[in-house]
Amino acid sequence: MSTAKTAKKKNAPAAAEQSVANPAQASSGTAVSAADDKTLNRDMLYSMLLQRRFEERCAEMYAIGKIGGFCHLYIGQEAISTGVNSVLRHDDYIITTYRDHGQALARGMTCNAVMAELFGRQDGCAKGKGGSMHMFDKSLGFLGGHGIVGGHIPIAAGVGFAIKYRGGDQVIACFMGEAAVNNGAFHEALNMAGLWKLPCIFIIENNRYGMGTAIERASAVNDIYKRGASYDMPREMVDGQDVLAVRDATERAIERARKESTSTLLEIRTYRFMGHSMSDAVSGTYRTKEELETYLKRDPIVLHRQRMEDAGQINADEVAAMDEEIKRIVQESIDFADASPELPLEALMEDILVETTS
Amino acid sequence: MAIITYRDALNQALREEMHRDSRVFLMGEEVAVYQGAYKVSKGLLQEFGEMRVVDTPITELGFAGVGVGAAMAGLRPIIEFMTWNFSLLAIDQVVNAAAKMLYMSGGQFAMPMVFRGPNGSALQLSAQHSQAWESWLAHIPGLKVICPSTPYDAKGLLKSAIRDDNPVCFLEGEMLYNTKGEVPDGEYLIPIGKADLKREGDHCTLIAHGKMVLVALQAADEMAKQGVMCDVVDLRTIRPMDVDAITASVKKTNRAVVVEEGWEVCGVGAQVVDYVQRHCFDYLDAPVLRVHQADAPMPYAKALEKSAKPDVPKTIAAIKQVLYLD
Repeated sequence: MSTAKTAKKKNAPAAAEQSVANPAQASSGTAVSAADDKTLNRDMLYSMLLQRRFEERCAEMYAIGKIGGFCHLYIGQEAISTGVNSVLRHDDYIITTYRDHGQALARGMTCNAVMAELFGRQDGCAKGKGGSMHMFDKSLGFLGGHGIVGGHIPIAAGVGFAIKYRGGDQVIACFMGEAAVNNGAFHEALNMAGLWKLPCIFIIENNRYGMGTAIERASAVNDIYKRGASYDMPREMVDGQDVLAVRDATERAIERARKESTSTLLEIRTYRFMGHSMSDAVSGTYRTKEELETYLKRDPIVLHRQRMEDAGQINADEVAAMDEEIKRIVQESIDFADASPELPLEALMEDILVETTS
Repeated sequence: MAIITYRDALNQALREEMHRDSRVFLMGEEVAVYQGAYKVSKGLLQEFGEMRVVDTPITELGFAGVGVGAAMAGLRPIIEFMTWNFSLLAIDQVVNAAAKMLYMSGGQFAMPMVFRGPNGSALQLSAQHSQAWESWLAHIPGLKVICPSTPYDAKGLLKSAIRDDNPVCFLEGEMLYNTKGEVPDGEYLIPIGKADLKREGDHCTLIAHGKMVLVALQAADEMAKQGVMCDVVDLRTIRPMDVDAITASVKKTNRAVVVEEGWEVCGVGAQVVDYVQRHCFDYLDAPVLRVHQADAPMPYAKALEKSAKPDVPKTIAAIKQVLYLD
């Protein structure tokens, strides 16, 4: 029990620590307007619930062998993908880790495209060649789920470099787990992004565990956002279970990136409600059942729905109707993926190189 | 036709391609203000400015990844490693990112980029600075690997590499930068994946690439004095390898020696020998022999270093052996 309490305390965002780099920006007023925006809140609830229901079915599909390989679920962290995407523009970029199903859906990929990818079928977003860890959609600026911890962070800096090179005002949102910050690639990328003033938003989804290793056992500094100081980078700690808090912090970071071409480091504290991957028990080895139960009380979907209900923006019937619609869409994606053809064997040797046209 | 150095040929290729396409930029350690550790990028900063000729911190993994990201977002990066020895810090970006992005994304993200820099040993630089990495890189599907031996090839192949829509590893010879050769005044390209017959003869085939082409040519000159005439096949591109050029020559001469700078085990020569045994089995009059670096880290001491390296006497000895002249 004491472990759970300590953990909760450590992970609870302290208001005084927010917006460290520029405290004035914390009171920008966006939180108030966003909270009042019924349509926005409804869209965000829908986005989070879609990810949740989709992945609950993914777990089922994995259990019956429709999905193979590694499968890392995002359940519990949906407020982050949804909050960030709610303020990104269509021409912005996203790059993330192997825990990417929720990110793909939040960015606007269809359940059909993601489920077919998970099934390894031709209609998947990467034609079934990437699988769970490698969702891609060029038309959405979705630059992939990446499987080597830390490896995609310099790539994000490169996208920021390209934006600056062309003189654009886009941004790239780069998601990573808290364990990635101990990797050399993190340091190298953030140093260049800070040095060159690249329009990158580095978003640490701190779910406390790098696989089974707690942050306290892996990082010399447990308030990860403080690492931004090493790169002279604006930084904030954010409550990752509150979609509006995520949205607000991202909005501030995006404004800095677009107007000043400045990178931001966001440490968003969250919790993974499931195991690291499908082979990992939800609790019992590296984290206790009590700790898990403590965090389950701050389910981002429940918190957001409750806030909307309290504000009279949605009622129980409307939530139930939304849930039914989502469950139907997810079921349709399973049917779609099942019906999608397997890749022909010739596809094995395709997409290795392209014909040069220039 | 002008006679210029290998270094200036590369510089011309970079300059011409940067003029041709504004998406092309050069990034690496000391490429801009310092004008290049080996002066390959001399004058480019002044001509193209700091956004297109970019000095980086010493951060190979980081700037190789910046190249990958820039390519994903529509630019055409040239990433310079001060030497390929340092690229090992960046190998995750080369192998796990650049080489696989097109495939993993189901064909959505091509990677039009070049990783380039000097490769192989120079003189007394010891173990960490004297390595030839082409066999490692050529192992990876999704990469093209080029090792030019002459100024003419270096320019024509670098221009092709920069225009290629795939990730290309371009390995220059550290000891070749000062070598000179004829380079045409006008624009020309050399196709990737085509070997070049650098010398013709009927008695034995020498297969080499990069700096070892010069060794093979010297050995062939020496053997010619004894009436033994050698084909010298310059692979130029290691991946994709020009199997037709190799087999055509071996079917003519019936004997082959492969010369490479790297180590023996799983080396480029091992792949060449595999092609030869599969395609020329009935044509061979002797086992194919290989000349390569000794199976040891490169020593500093002069005599030991000389003993470790493939050279003309070792190549001649191998030629004599496949001709049963000993």
